[in-house]
Amino acid sequence: MTNTNIPITPASGVVPDPIQAGLAAGWRVTDCSLIDKDQTLEADVVIVGSGAGGGVTAELLALAGLNVLIVEEGALKSSKDFKMRESDAYPALYQESAARKTRDKGINILQGRTVGGSTTINWTSSFRTPPATLDYWNKHFGLKDYTPEALAPWFEMMEQRLNIAEWAAPPNENNDLLRRGAQKLGIPTAIIHRNVNGCWNLGYCGMGCPTNAKQSMLVTTIPSALQHGASLLTRLRAERFVFKGDRIEQLECLALDPAGLAPSGRRVTLRARHFVLSGGAINSPALLLRSAAPDPHGLLGKRTFLHPTVISAGLYPQRVDGYAGAPQSVYSDHFLHTDAIDGPMGYKLEAPPLHPVLLSSTMSGFGAQHAAMMRDFSHFHVLLALLRDGFHADAPGGSVGLAAGGAAVLDYPIGDFIWDGVRRALLTMAEIQFASGAKSVAPVHEHAGSYTSWDEAKKAINALPFRLLSTRVVSAHVMGGCGMSDDERLGVTSSQGRYHGVSNLSVHDGSLFPTSIGANPQLSIYGLTARLASGLAQQLTGQPAPRLMRT
Amino acid sequence: MQTSRRSFLKIGVIGAIALAAGGAVYRLANPPQAGRFILDGDARAVLAAVIPSILGSVMLPSEAAARAQAVDGCIERVNIAIHGLPLSTQKEVQDLFGLLALGPARRFLAGVPDSWSAATPQQIDAFLQSWRVHRIGMLQTAYQAMHDLITGAWYADPAHWDAIGYPGPIKELS
Repeated sequence: MTNTNIPITPASGVVPDPIQAGLAAGWRVTDCSLIDKDQTLEADVVIVGSGAGGGVTAELLALAGLNVLIVEEGALKSSKDFKMRESDAYPALYQESAARKTRDKGINILQGRTVGGSTTINWTSSFRTPPATLDYWNKHFGLKDYTPEALAPWFEMMEQRLNIAEWAAPPNENNDLLRRGAQKLGIPTAIIHRNVNGCWNLGYCGMGCPTNAKQSMLVTTIPSALQHGASLLTRLRAERFVFKGDRIEQLECLALDPAGLAPSGRRVTLRARHFVLSGGAINSPALLLRSAAPDPHGLLGKRTFLHPTVISAGLYPQRVDGYAGAPQSVYSDHFLHTDAIDGPMGYKLEAPPLHPVLLSSTMSGFGAQHAAMMRDFSHFHVLLALLRDGFHADAPGGSVGLAAGGAAVLDYPIGDFIWDGVRRALLTMAEIQFASGAKSVAPVHEHAGSYTSWDEAKKAINALPFRLLSTRVVSAHVMGGCGMSDDERLGVTSSQGRYHGVSNLSVHDGSLFPTSIGANPQLSIYGLTARLASGLAQQLTGQPAPRLMRT
Repeated sequence: MQTSRRSFLKIGVIGAIALAAGGAVYRLANPPQAGRFILDGDARAVLAAVIPSILGSVMLPSEAAARAQAVDGCIERVNIAIHGLPLSTQKEVQDLFGLLALGPARRFLAGVPDSWSAATPQQIDAFLQSWRVHRIGMLQTAYQAMHDLITGAWYADPAHWDAIGYPGPIKELS
């Protein structure tokens, strides 16, 4: 096994770039925006997407000796490109320049679109799937072998592979304010586990890690797969599966222009024994819808979850410098446990990194008010509440459909049940922020002001009109849409990740989840897809599956 | 061009459906050009009027020439940001500026009586505030598009980081 972790060098030196080194060593990588004629390629397994699910699957199958071909719509970017500039990072690394939205534009969605997918630009927070979530899957979707005990070895393997451990350095002030405010109110918090190795504590995880400390798919599983003979096609959009009987005969792909916005006119056709779909919970169902995949019970693309997230900004006398240091290190699950999982909506509390574009575009208002807020940029502490959707009939998630031209689009309506959770979450965050010493607190809402006491904030928040476009709602966690159940009336994929009714298609990404996770989903995707890919490797080779490990 | 837009609008009703229709009207008058956003004079005039109101006048230089230059720089960055969006979104943005350039829409939907270049800051502020909390979702999304594009473009510019106390990323790696 090759160790693909990169030793860090002193700040005076240049950070080694494993991608450039691999390309120089002859990895099979094709930038399809540069091809000048149509192509047909064959492999044992074609994997669509190079994020958390695709990366883990690619490494496992390549180590098992299979000929693997990875399709990625984004470009191959690496540490030499990661200059910690929002103006470069968002267009280069995110779906729709980090401005992907639901159909009515009510919810802004952050998702990666680059080699490594969202793992290249996420904030490294790593949680095992909560036992209460697995218990719900067992009861409601019959997923009997998805228990904490059965999954523990897979989480352990991925934690070791990606160096996931509790963050040992002190939290930055933006996170510590959550800890201190919650402590004053008797609300327990804990320290987040992160997938980093030799982290410089810079705070720019969301723009691509400039030091290769983040153990994203970009610097771990994908390089390993490529070293074991896998091929990577970038700037290539998976357009449509072509079915013959119960099998996928081929995958038709469109090469994109160098900007990644429009098809170049070149086509690539991919044939394989088996196909693995790992495009994420918006693009995976959309590809299946474009392909008219079997969906006898009308479940495909339904029950798509977002952890709808609301925001509260507190202003402090001291500098907070929310752009500096590990973006997320403190969390509280207290409000996930105050009610039953299928009762009033629970929420997880975290802090986000604060960078000028992200903060200025997220904060509501304009003119003098907005300018005054931006002048205090370094004194802001922001909290997020991630609402746990999918566990109650009134939080059934959204649905992925196709816009004109076949592009994916997500409808996500929000009703009174969810708004009740939003209201309670905004109240909680304001109370914590006043407890940690905020001079004023502004819930991010077009009708909200900036409040200087908890009493004032409480009255105002309770009186706010809650509806989309007025309340700022965001999401960085898209899940569901190809939900698992061995009962075809309850899910389009089996507990083994096989798509029902198609004999050579697996889905390995967050779209498998029958509910939201109730925690940042990356480790859930790693652990679950490691198990599914190991089973697949065994079925395809007749040999025991390899294990992923760091050396 | 101006005449055909106006004569077409006369047969319609300016009201709740005007924004949706406005995009279509604009496209009838201006056939789509390969899908990419084009920063034409219409879009430039709207942006030049709206940018100081969105950012807050204190964020801009007070001296006229420097202020004009800062607004121009912001327009250019907005243009670049729009070109990073999916082509379908670029088209929506084009339609928004096209609609705002139509006299009746500007008057009745935005409440700006004369041209954008002649609008007072108070008129622009009132227009933005009205769309910000408008009961018609499409007008709210149009306000938010302008808000996000303009604030994002301005604060992405390292020249504006000092004013907010942001030191920027470490020099050794950026």
